[in-house]
Amino acid sequence: MTLDTVKHAAETPDVKLPWAELGLKEDEYERVREILGRRPTGAELAMYSVMWSEHCSYKSSKVHLRQFGEKAPANDAMLVGIGENAGVVDVGQGYAVTFKVESHNHPSYVEPYQGAATGVGGIVRDIIAMGARPVAVVDPLRMGDAQHPDTKRVLPGVVAGIGGYGNCLGLPNIGGELVFDACYQGNPLVNAGAIGVMRHEDIHLAKASGPGNKVILYGARTGGDGIGGASILASETFDDSKPSKRPAVQVGDPFQEKLLIECTLEAFAEKLVVGIQDLGAAGLSCATSELASNGSGGMRVELDDVPLRDSTLTPEEILMSESQERMCAVVEPDKVARFLEICDKWDVIATVVGEVTDGDRLEIFWHGEKIVDVDPRTVAHDGPVYERPYARPSWQDALQADDANKLARPANADELREQVLKLVAAPNQAAKSWVTDQYDRFVQGNTVLAQPEDSGMIRINEETGLGVAIATDGNGRFAKLDPYKGAQLALAESYRNVAASGAKPLAVSDCLNFGSPEDPDVMWQFAEAIRGLADGCLELGTPVTGGNVSLYNQTGEAAIHPTPVVAVLGVIDDVARRTPMAFKEEGQLLYLLGETREEFGGSAWSQVIHGHLGGLPPEVDLARERLLGEILISASRDGMIDAAHDLSDGGLVQAVAESCLRGGRGARLVVPDGLDAFTFLFSESAGRAVVSVPRSEELRFTDMCGARGLPVTRIGVVDGDAVDVQGEFTLPLSELREAHEATLPGLFA
Amino acid sequence: MTARIGVVTFPGTLDDRDTQRAVRVAGAEAVPLWHKDKDLKQVDAVVLPGGFSYGDYLRAGAISRFSPVMESVIEQAKAGMPVLGICNGFQVLTETHLLPGAMLRNNHLHFICREQTLRVENAETAWTADYTAGQEIRVPLKNIDGQYTADERTLDMLEAEGRVAFRYLEGNPNGSLRDIAGITNEAGNVVGLMPHPEHAVEPLVGTGRTDGLGFFTSILKKLVNA
Repeated sequence: MTLDTVKHAAETPDVKLPWAELGLKEDEYERVREILGRRPTGAELAMYSVMWSEHCSYKSSKVHLRQFGEKAPANDAMLVGIGENAGVVDVGQGYAVTFKVESHNHPSYVEPYQGAATGVGGIVRDIIAMGARPVAVVDPLRMGDAQHPDTKRVLPGVVAGIGGYGNCLGLPNIGGELVFDACYQGNPLVNAGAIGVMRHEDIHLAKASGPGNKVILYGARTGGDGIGGASILASETFDDSKPSKRPAVQVGDPFQEKLLIECTLEAFAEKLVVGIQDLGAAGLSCATSELASNGSGGMRVELDDVPLRDSTLTPEEILMSESQERMCAVVEPDKVARFLEICDKWDVIATVVGEVTDGDRLEIFWHGEKIVDVDPRTVAHDGPVYERPYARPSWQDALQADDANKLARPANADELREQVLKLVAAPNQAAKSWVTDQYDRFVQGNTVLAQPEDSGMIRINEETGLGVAIATDGNGRFAKLDPYKGAQLALAESYRNVAASGAKPLAVSDCLNFGSPEDPDVMWQFAEAIRGLADGCLELGTPVTGGNVSLYNQTGEAAIHPTPVVAVLGVIDDVARRTPMAFKEEGQLLYLLGETREEFGGSAWSQVIHGHLGGLPPEVDLARERLLGEILISASRDGMIDAAHDLSDGGLVQAVAESCLRGGRGARLVVPDGLDAFTFLFSESAGRAVVSVPRSEELRFTDMCGARGLPVTRIGVVDGDAVDVQGEFTLPLSELREAHEATLPGLFA
Repeated sequence: MTARIGVVTFPGTLDDRDTQRAVRVAGAEAVPLWHKDKDLKQVDAVVLPGGFSYGDYLRAGAISRFSPVMESVIEQAKAGMPVLGICNGFQVLTETHLLPGAMLRNNHLHFICREQTLRVENAETAWTADYTAGQEIRVPLKNIDGQYTADERTLDMLEAEGRVAFRYLEGNPNGSLRDIAGITNEAGNVVGLMPHPEHAVEPLVGTGRTDGLGFFTSILKKLVNA
């Protein structure tokens, strides 16, 4: 077979290329021809097809994502914003923190273990590419119905994959979520987040500057795995009629990644690196075109020099391969020897594969022949942009009219008690330790708080006690009822969780999981969710620093619930002042902060007791969230509270049960005036938290709340070994614990 | 004058920095040692920390055992230098036969991370003198290949000679025979255990307890008083 060189392509304009099989649409292929002024070579087609895929180009989401920039609140903390591998924020004392959440949904459904494992690997490489040492990971998960047999295939594999990879990298897993819902049955969501820490001066960017500088590919050899992962797997809906997509899933080697982390950080420390990019989706196609287009010059790459796992790979396959654990660095010529020496110290293969040129073309050679000659910007940045049609779904009104507040409520105290037990035992509300005990939360020795706490918290300076906190939240049920409010509720909950731990919320990363953008209903949900999130971030003063969009989470006509997952990063000056969630001290007073209304639309109660989803989600009041956050942070700093727990799914009774079980202490509760027991216990009104206040601090605490205008209600006392609701029922902790902790092991162990 | 305690880093070691911190918290000097380097830098004792050295490929500890640094560690350990192996380090010590037995995959086949109660059975080793025999401590446990196994004769010998150093209480986490969490050699200078004392040395992080600090204060006192 003749090699399809640039010259050959120019001479043979009528050769048919498999653009449709590679996922390009006809008009997109025509646009490639137009840009090049000829037909693309096979290698060029490979590059355009992966880089213009939905996953890499954000072609359907771009027009909406702009709002995160346009509406960004003024924020001095932001050091690097959207567009780089991950955003970076200033956390004080000369430290910068980078963090990001990404999806690895499609691969994890096809091959749960490797799909989830390489999701962790990918996000961690994004963090090191910024110059930071990774210090923690989190994993927000959405699975199908807990009882469904396929969930027993997917969940244990995903958990083992996240653990198998993250544990072996030495990164504490400090947070995340696990939500079950039948809507995720064929489209589980496996999102992975990571945090990294560096000094301000160590921030690195993905750009190739300085003609003559060398391009070094280092890490694993390139193999035939993951070819077309971004274009074929992540950018189309699943369909039974097509052959297995398993070969499109990458295979991970965490040991190799651990070496990659250490050798990259050592090279950074010696200031050897001009620009750096990790190889993730779209592999070398992405790394070369992004590095070249972000820099000042062009780039020349000798593809023959790429170390291969399989010598039979074609140039197209080498360019598309998504083999894991690879990075690409741009290094000045006189520093190459030292860079290679460090790689050798860590037994990491490193090869000079090209150099930065003073032109403006990305040129790739194979066996001495030019097979790619493109303007790198056209590959990396000038992909198609779609204004997909969107419209409020015809069923939205009916869904909202199906009012959950009208569902049958418990008729007496016995039924109320029974429903509480059912709620805390339901898969979504039950203890998640069967999952989290498979993750190392102690490694690196800086974990201050980890799941099931409201946020995960990591100390970053041993002397000063400076620390960061992260929480991730998202409620697809709320977002289905109202995507604008649903996105804001996710943001509010994550913000509240960080504040409840005593940290000041600083910035946001998001992972936006939706169905097919080609469906106007889905596109409307997407547009509304982004509008809600952007407006919310502006009001809370927490900018979006980056994130990820995952579309096509849809099997046939059935899309998942719109699921924006929001991660909020916070900072705490001294981790000694953190607030844990456990009620530990007998006799301390329990206060409910915020207002409780009759709000049951999308609630856990409506799901668990009635299998219902309808009505409106809880009202959002972001000014109130901000005030609540300030009170929680002040109270933590001044030692006025010993425990705090945010109220979210399952309402007050769920929060109290969790805090009691965590501390091994009971609580006596009194239903406040003006509320009935049912609403008091199960309502999911936003902007609320429950706190445990030492008696000596009571006056000071309530005075502060009063002065600042935050509603505060005394609801009981930490006492005994049962949750007792006066005049209603008593639930011994032992019975509560059995109900809460037996569910997941019963289903999956 | 304080003691110099070496902490070995293999490729894939994870708890090396944590172990160095624990050594410092106890008041000793932590000396990083590199797997390719036979030079032990005149340390007074060595800790082999936890992790997945060489990815645990082939078998946990099986490849590390042949690294240059281990040649020196084995030689010095036989001459009486104190050596502590934690988790992966314990696995390396059994691979070198400085300690008897071997580790299998946990009986439930999952990685497990939890706080674990241990009973200190032998408080006379170089690494446990600050504890009292029978004392109960609570430290993190985190591993997937943590099931201690040995033949009956070896187990009987360990019991008879008082060489079972730690035993799991309140539930055996991995199927280890006779609830063994850690053992010592005959001389008491080489100790290995699966749980992680280095993660329980400061009240603010990890378990919030300091039950593991005794390992590092024990060795410091022994070396300084020697």
